[in-house]
Amino acid sequence: MSGYLTGVLVVLAFNVMAAYAVYLPLAAGQLNLGIAGFMAIGAYGSAFLTNEYMWPMWAAVPVGALAAGLTGLLIGLPVLRTHGIYFAMATFALGQVISAVFLNLEVVGGAAGYPVTDYAGPNVVFAAAAGVVLLMLYISRTRFALELTAVKSDPTVADLLGVPVRGMKVAAFALGAMVAGFGGALYAHHYNFVEAQHFNVLLSVFTVLYVLFGGTQTVWGPLVGAAFFTLVPELLRASDQWRYAVFAVFIIVFMAIRPQGLVTAALFRQFRRRAPEASS
Amino acid sequence: MVAQQIVNGLMLGAIYMLVAVAFTLAIGVLNFLNFSLPGLFMAGGMLAFGLMKAGWPFLLAAAGALAAAAFISLLVERFAYRPMQGGDPEVPLVSSLGFLVLLENLMLVQFGSDQQAFPALLPDLNLRIGGLVIGYAQLASLVLSLGIVAALSFVLAKTAAGRRIRTVAESRETALLMGIDIARLVPQLFVASAALAALAGILFAVNYQQVSPFMGEGVGFKGVAAMIVGGMGSIWGAVLGGLLIGLAEVVSISFIGADVVNITVYGLLLLILIVRPQGLMGRAPSREKL
Repeated sequence: MSGYLTGVLVVLAFNVMAAYAVYLPLAAGQLNLGIAGFMAIGAYGSAFLTNEYMWPMWAAVPVGALAAGLTGLLIGLPVLRTHGIYFAMATFALGQVISAVFLNLEVVGGAAGYPVTDYAGPNVVFAAAAGVVLLMLYISRTRFALELTAVKSDPTVADLLGVPVRGMKVAAFALGAMVAGFGGALYAHHYNFVEAQHFNVLLSVFTVLYVLFGGTQTVWGPLVGAAFFTLVPELLRASDQWRYAVFAVFIIVFMAIRPQGLVTAALFRQFRRRAPEASS
Repeated sequence: MVAQQIVNGLMLGAIYMLVAVAFTLAIGVLNFLNFSLPGLFMAGGMLAFGLMKAGWPFLLAAAGALAAAAFISLLVERFAYRPMQGGDPEVPLVSSLGFLVLLENLMLVQFGSDQQAFPALLPDLNLRIGGLVIGYAQLASLVLSLGIVAALSFVLAKTAAGRRIRTVAESRETALLMGIDIARLVPQLFVASAALAALAGILFAVNYQQVSPFMGEGVGFKGVAAMIVGGMGSIWGAVLGGLLIGLAEVVSISFIGADVVNITVYGLLLLILIVRPQGLMGRAPSREKL
């Protein structure tokens, strides 16, 4: 693999992990606009443990992820009192506050950034992203995913059927935060440098964009959306300065034609219906 | 010193206030978190700058920028808002973000990514009251912003058009049954909120004498924060929120440092959302938004 191709695929792997971190709470109807903050917690947490306490990477990365998940859990409890747009805005504010806190933390370099010594190669990143995808595929086949959909579709009915609505929401939010922290921790070890400015609101917002573009009805949507958003601007590189403008026009036109996103449940049904016909 | 900072904060707050009111119109009535508004804010400032560079006088250039922003906003309505009716409520977010990216990159191609100096309109004209320095341009924009918001609030409260808008905000279905022409009202609202955002962009350019293709992001997001702090859907809440956010920003820069701005501003937002989600002046939400 050429260095360029590897670089693009690594970016893709990070985007896929971030996309699933957004997807999980969204599957329960919550828009998390602060995913970058949780990535920052994972990144700084793992970097700090390996740098200052000489922890091995395999121990520091999960702890970074857990720290992000725990923050999600603790913050999720009060924040999830809010609904809809209020919740989205609270997560947005949370993401901003978290990255601003790291920007001011002198123990991790403050605004100058924080070099990380331990290195995770591309293969580790690919394996991690594949692991996240497999975990999501597994979750999508459990009762948990079904209950998340129920909470999203109609919280009242879900509540009446005995689904612990509040608990499901907090669980989805914290799990998403953990996935984000996991991706962030690997990001720190792959690039060997973290700076708070990277984890800004645009990172959060664009990740949400991948997910909605890919479609939230099935578990495949975030994967397809992240792949599309990573690879297509690379293909458009020939048109150089116009590429993001062309890309933006494409997004607008596409969403106007297909507001449910690229991958929908109906698409899958179509495939399934065709398959038995072909065999009979 | 403190008084001067308060004055500066209020001036900055006037800009946030206009952006917040633009957002609140889109959210309160249309239920649409319109991410193209930061783009329209930037387009206002950048286009006024471009037209003045082409030799247009300021007022004409400002009018041209406002008209262009209104037109772009109609495109946003047509391609981002209208096709999404009845779908998932988060979806228009994506397309309106698409418009933000598009606008930023069009300006980038046209003007380059550097910050450009916006010409000073009133060179060095300052009002001095007992040690306080207040620029006339800043004072004029504060008065103009407050005037526009007051007029808007009057229109919403007292006129037939305002009553129609409030009906749609209350319930779209009922408004339709009452014979309100929503298909005509919605584009008008888009034009109004675009004009407010673009005007804020022009005032920002005049006051701070700089424009860049990415000037909308920071201000736009603080405008959203201002709207929520004040109370979503409430015009005077947006005014209060805008001034508060402006004050918090200027005071924390001058007393603690520029790096803590995001902690104070968004910390304030987070606190408000947890303690009083409906905002300082908002009513408790009667139905789910977004």
